[in-house]
Amino acid sequence: MKKLINSPETVLTDALTGFAAAHPELAVDIPNRVIARAVRPERPKVALISGGGSGHEPLHAGFVGPGMLDAACPGEVFTSPVPDQMLTAAQAVHSGAGVVLIVKNYTGDVMNFQLAAELAVEEGIEVRTVLVNDDVAVEDSTWTAGRRGTGATVMVEKIAGALAERGAALDEVAAVAQRVNAASRSFAIALTAATVPAAGKPGFDLPEDEIEVGVGIHGEPGRRRERLRPANELAAEVVDTILADHDLAAGDEVIALVNGLGGTPLLELYVVYGEVQARLAERGIRIARNLVGNYVTSLDMAGFSLTLTKADAELLELWDAPVATTALTWS
Amino acid sequence: MDTELALAWVREIAAAVERQEAQLTELDSAIGDSDHGSNLRRGFNAVMTALDSPEPTAVGAVLAKTGATLISKVGGASGPLYGSAFRAMGKALPEEKATTAALATALAEGLLAIQQLGGAAPGDKTIVDAWAPALAAFEQAVSQGLSAAAEAAAEAADQGARDTVPLQARKGRASYLGPRSIGHQDPGATSTALIFRALAQSARTA
Repeated sequence: MKKLINSPETVLTDALTGFAAAHPELAVDIPNRVIARAVRPERPKVALISGGGSGHEPLHAGFVGPGMLDAACPGEVFTSPVPDQMLTAAQAVHSGAGVVLIVKNYTGDVMNFQLAAELAVEEGIEVRTVLVNDDVAVEDSTWTAGRRGTGATVMVEKIAGALAERGAALDEVAAVAQRVNAASRSFAIALTAATVPAAGKPGFDLPEDEIEVGVGIHGEPGRRRERLRPANELAAEVVDTILADHDLAAGDEVIALVNGLGGTPLLELYVVYGEVQARLAERGIRIARNLVGNYVTSLDMAGFSLTLTKADAELLELWDAPVATTALTWS
Repeated sequence: MDTELALAWVREIAAAVERQEAQLTELDSAIGDSDHGSNLRRGFNAVMTALDSPEPTAVGAVLAKTGATLISKVGGASGPLYGSAFRAMGKALPEEKATTAALATALAEGLLAIQQLGGAAPGDKTIVDAWAPALAAFEQAVSQGLSAAAEAAAEAADQGARDTVPLQARKGRASYLGPRSIGHQDPGATSTALIFRALAQSARTA
């Protein structure tokens, strides 16, 4: 294992120390592991809090700031945060209008956020929880923990964040977050496995010429293993898999995220984006907005995920609203 | 069970987790994400510290404090599940000491908390597959006293953990593997067996 770390035990604290030093505009509580906006809102505003295991950067800390999240809670690498973190975050950013917890659908995350919600309610804070579950690789939700939350988290946090910034009520913000999740589907392909610092070796063995299709973002194996093929074929397979599960039709518009899993150069992500755009155009689907880059990563895993969110005028307008975070900024 | 025995039980769990951390992690690397052993060790280390200052003076307080500490220190799935179970057991034991029958009721409350939070049923390849048979064996042997009941429960939990090998996981991260989860012993059921084995050991030496 070759990694730029001091030790596996201190990697999260060391990274938070660096994050705090690099971004004085954010309030980084290193002992409690909470990243929050430093400036409190002038009027009561619905607060958006998310969190999850570390190793998916810039998710979630990179999305804290005006127009998106109010606070983020990083857990140990690939391990959900604990309820105390979310309670500390809620107490820090609650301004009287309630809190929306954005939770990626994994067993540990769901349970820790549920306990956090109970604690916050006991403190008199009104809470709504929104589950993100966009990964179509999980086919049989009845006999599993259900679809995983992946790339759509970016769309949910951006769009709900924009609505909250405008002073919308708690239920409205939660409703738009749920609507974005329901309109989104994702699918991922890995070329290599991720190496968790504490484990010291890749999560699974993948021969030089094989890929793992339908992976999650925690180094768990995917749907099946295949031979590596040219980018146009892989992009087409990913688009077709998503469309088979989505109610998209010719004439529809989407927000598309071509997301790097941490170990893939931007050069290759643009190759993929070009192929995705062309494949969707063949089906009469237009990409109205796009993101290409590393947004929801899996440590050093090579590969990409595609997320398609069916868009309408309201969602696009909220997507275009100003945002100022370390990983996503426009005005 | 008195306060001293409750403390001995939790200390024995902590020691067993320390001894078997590598085994738990290895089971978890086959069908999970390789952190069950290290997460539980981190949690029970924190529990040991919490129980020292100040030392609780009732059985329920020992178990409740154990639960609260696990919830706030572990994360993942095992922290909330075991944390809620111990918290529920603590809440179910308001007296300074617990009769064996009262402990049976508390163990049932613990299982209920796990199932309410995690939604798992027997056969899903989880903690429940060791806890449920252990509880049944404990209840059946209540009249024979704590030591015998705890021994019966430990044996049933061990058997329950071994019986998870042919099961396909339907809950937690292992469920994403589908049929590929078959043939591996569930790490959660294994750590539950360790908790009941620790109860039997501390009851025997009390």
